[in-house]
Amino acid sequence: MAEKIKFAFLLAGGCAGCEMALVDLSEKLVDALEHLEVVFWAPTVADVKYKDLEAMPDGFIDLAFVDGMIRNSENEHMVKVLRAKSKVLVAFGACATLGGIAALGDLHTKAELFDQAYKHTFSTDNPEGVWPQPQCLFEGKYDLTLPSFTSRCATIDQLVDVDYYVGGCPPHHDFVAAAVTAIVTGNLPPKGSWLTSGKAVCDVCKRNPALSDQQRLPVGEVIRTVEGRPDETKCLLQQGYVCFGPVTQGDCNASCLNVNIPCRGCGGPMPGVNDFGARSVTAIASSLKDDATAEKLVNKYNDMAKLVYRYSFSAGTLGKKQRPGSQA
Amino acid sequence: MTYSPNIIGFACQWCTYAGADLAGNLRCKYPPTVKLIKVPCSGRVEPEHVLEALARGADGVLIGGCHYGDCHYKEGNYKTSRRMTVLKKLIEDSGHDPRRFRLEWISGAEGKKFAEVMDEFTKELAELGPNPVKGGN
Repeated sequence: MAEKIKFAFLLAGGCAGCEMALVDLSEKLVDALEHLEVVFWAPTVADVKYKDLEAMPDGFIDLAFVDGMIRNSENEHMVKVLRAKSKVLVAFGACATLGGIAALGDLHTKAELFDQAYKHTFSTDNPEGVWPQPQCLFEGKYDLTLPSFTSRCATIDQLVDVDYYVGGCPPHHDFVAAAVTAIVTGNLPPKGSWLTSGKAVCDVCKRNPALSDQQRLPVGEVIRTVEGRPDETKCLLQQGYVCFGPVTQGDCNASCLNVNIPCRGCGGPMPGVNDFGARSVTAIASSLKDDATAEKLVNKYNDMAKLVYRYSFSAGTLGKKQRPGSQA
Repeated sequence: MTYSPNIIGFACQWCTYAGADLAGNLRCKYPPTVKLIKVPCSGRVEPEHVLEALARGADGVLIGGCHYGDCHYKEGNYKTSRRMTVLKKLIEDSGHDPRRFRLEWISGAEGKKFAEVMDEFTKELAELGPNPVKGGN
């Protein structure tokens, strides 16, 4: 390749786990670096500042990844800047594509979130009730600012145009490798697609009853993972554990199922699913035996929204709408 | 102008939709608040449809299906019932009023019941006021 692809990686409101997933590629990343020139990847790889990114000409970057959701004014600003500087923008990981764990904060008011974070957490000692302020005049002369909370969490594509999506919390490195290879070789699906194998978690799960010629039977039991230890070979849904394998992209090779943990849907919705939570309600509830079992499910989980929208609240139908009294 | 709720109704073609027809034949009076959508079976209605209607500003959503044992496809309405039990909790936990969503079994012979349900649902929604996602009416 004559010229290297100019590559950028921006951390928005995430936890940097997705960046670790990219670093986890190890040798494959080193191979890819022959084709990539990292122009912005702070602070993981390159010591390039925001102002350097802002100074780049528009369309300078060939390929940019964003991980993390839009949670504050800083994320909002930087994602807009990155979009302007990039030819191709990839939303990378569950937060960037669906909202992620932090989006569940939208089910609470800002006051509740701040109370919890700066007052009630076990490790917090804040008797004077000092709360972070977006603006502060320090020693009477330094005007200091902090990014302020946005009214709600947003996915990247709710703010700017996104070219490709990669799901997962974090994305599994095998599929990251496949995605990076696809991008380097230019073998890409139409704009707006998810870079995915298109298989469900159940499809790649070793427990799938179809693999042992067993029929799926209606489930008459609801067990939470804290209440029991599932059989390590049988399908979790068949045992009564709520598992979102049927509606989740299986690019992870069913990693959680391999260690006896039910799927919680970080991989993102299967193609054709608009609302992950609603579709998982369809999948789970239809597999139950009777109304009594459905009642049991409702009673055992004290917050259904946080269960079915664990990674996808911002992208959900109701999550997109500002709810009454939230984030005042 | 007084507030009149906007209801989206999903009606099974074998029972509730016929029930709505009968309500007309019987000259039953009920408020003109419902927009009925004919579906092959109440089991065809997915939680996604209900959420979409609410998110787009419907004040109420009604699903009408056959009584237990009467389903044309044998078990469609049983599935509906299980799904909607869970969905109702999801709507509530997402910060919306679960009273905006209703599941009723109305057969093709219950034209009068259809009118009564519509009347009752409309009154209840009128008390609740407009759906807050519209940002006030």
